[in-house]
Amino acid sequence: MGIDADVSGAALDWSTPSPRLRVLRRYEVLATTVGALAVALAIAIALDATTAAVVAAVGVIVAGVIADGIAGRRVRAWGYTERAEDLLVRRGVMFRRTSVIPYGRMQYVEVTAGPFERSFGLATVQMHTAAAASDARIPGLPAREAARLRDQLTSLGESHAMGL
Amino acid sequence: MSAADVPSNWQRLHPLSPLVRTGRGVIAIVVVVILPLLSSQKGSLSSDLIHLGALAVILVLGVISWLVTRWRVEGGVLRVESGLIRRTSERFPLSQIQAIDTVRPGLARAFGLSELRIRLASGSGKAGRLAYLTEREAQTLRTRLLALSQGLAETAPEPPAQALLTVPTGRLLASILLSGIGLVLELAIAALVILALVAPATAAAALSIGAASLIGLVFGFFRRFNDDYRLTVADAPDGLRLHSGLVETSAETIPRGRIQAVRMVEPLAWRPFGWCRLEVDVASQKSKGRQDRNQSKAARALLPVGSHEQAAALVARVFPSLPDARLAPPARARWKSPLRFRLLSWGANDRYAVTTSGRLRRVTDWVPLAKVQSVRRVEGPIQRRLRLVSIHLDTAGRNVHAVLRDRDRAEGAQLLVDLPNRCRQARLLRK
Repeated sequence: MGIDADVSGAALDWSTPSPRLRVLRRYEVLATTVGALAVALAIAIALDATTAAVVAAVGVIVAGVIADGIAGRRVRAWGYTERAEDLLVRRGVMFRRTSVIPYGRMQYVEVTAGPFERSFGLATVQMHTAAAASDARIPGLPAREAARLRDQLTSLGESHAMGL
Repeated sequence: MSAADVPSNWQRLHPLSPLVRTGRGVIAIVVVVILPLLSSQKGSLSSDLIHLGALAVILVLGVISWLVTRWRVEGGVLRVESGLIRRTSERFPLSQIQAIDTVRPGLARAFGLSELRIRLASGSGKAGRLAYLTEREAQTLRTRLLALSQGLAETAPEPPAQALLTVPTGRLLASILLSGIGLVLELAIAALVILALVAPATAAAALSIGAASLIGLVFGFFRRFNDDYRLTVADAPDGLRLHSGLVETSAETIPRGRIQAVRMVEPLAWRPFGWCRLEVDVASQKSKGRQDRNQSKAARALLPVGSHEQAAALVARVFPSLPDARLAPPARARWKSPLRFRLLSWGANDRYAVTTSGRLRRVTDWVPLAKVQSVRRVEGPIQRRLRLVSIHLDTAGRNVHAVLRDRDRAEGAQLLVDLPNRCRQARLLRK
């Protein structure tokens, strides 16, 4: 996979989200699975169907394991690298996307951290350009790295600013 | 006209503004109140009083809103203050003006009023509205704001415009009849007529069920006709001037440097006549929440219908020196996009990129490389199997962005390195 090499031919040095993002995603999948399991068992018990209960439980657990695997691959697919003139962000397993966003096009940087992200000490950094389609979101960064990236992007954006 | 016509202290809108603004509502309520009175004298007094009360409340609210709204131009900023309880003070930096439109709904025209809409690039995508001013006032203010936004002296006269073309009404009508909404309307009417001949009772039932959507279609049809009626394009030093409208007229100036993309569309039904439609996209944020119709509508038609020669001449006015070279995608892209394959291509020179696509209709997009905000590569599951990728050139426009669809993977990787560099070069070239 991957591009890929820089103009110089040197392989790019991709930074990845924190390994804690993997744990967070696993908890999310686990919570959903447990919820679905409870609903499935409740329905099965209400209908008094033991075989159906077992089938449903196994089905839900298998689905949970598969979802966990997919979540893991998606976490591993995220990556970003800061080059001299632009930021590269890659993501996605089925649809692989790689965005090149010149620093000069940056309008503002947004750092968000939901309650669950915060409890893991993580934050999401998003760089906004004038184009709505620009896709420069990096989730699951350690708070310190998120702050560093935000400051870095802001200062680079100022020095490269070129307006519309 | 001199600057004395537009003094820079606080101004109010025209006193008739509340009436024109609530015009449609007032007419609707008058109809609701008057019609029962005329048809049967037995309309209950209390319900009439409620209607009249509502009418009065709306008018009073309109007058209050007019009383507390004021605007002024100072220090390169247009300020609009409004609101009684929740005061809002809007500031529109003139240097960021994308375009100024003059809109005149039918009722406003009857009173000789017009509305100014100031479109900015940044912010929440909200436009500044001054509704309504007298026509003379609006004209003067527009000239002055445009001059200020380009850093000229504010007394600079409006530069003369050179008319390029006017869309003939017959051709416009024919083109709408052959477009999506026209065809749907024709089919619906034809179906009703046939049904009425075969089974009148069923036709009446169908009509009563589908009346609302039929009226909607007719209104949509008329709106398109009205929007593009006698559209005139003129070339002025400050940009392209568009003027159009039958009942509601609008006049816009699109500064040339602010155009983010141009799109040419050739629908299948138009192809026998060699017609095409040209749209321009200027910078604006995605609309958030409720927006009025004119702001949220699709890209502005620069040429609602015209020949290829007319379109080519207009595009050349907007973007000189377009690339000729068109590169076709690899043959295996046929499996991914069987309908589009025939039309897929792209090309670029040092200033512009062009892409063509479309399944039934033919779509050509031109994007100035200097306006590209970011470059994206997308590789879907089918594309991966075929070793294909798509490259997107994102611009600040609302609906047009160029997609280099289904390119070879190696070419895509190379483009992802080349295109950002070319965009950077193009930006330097422009300076």
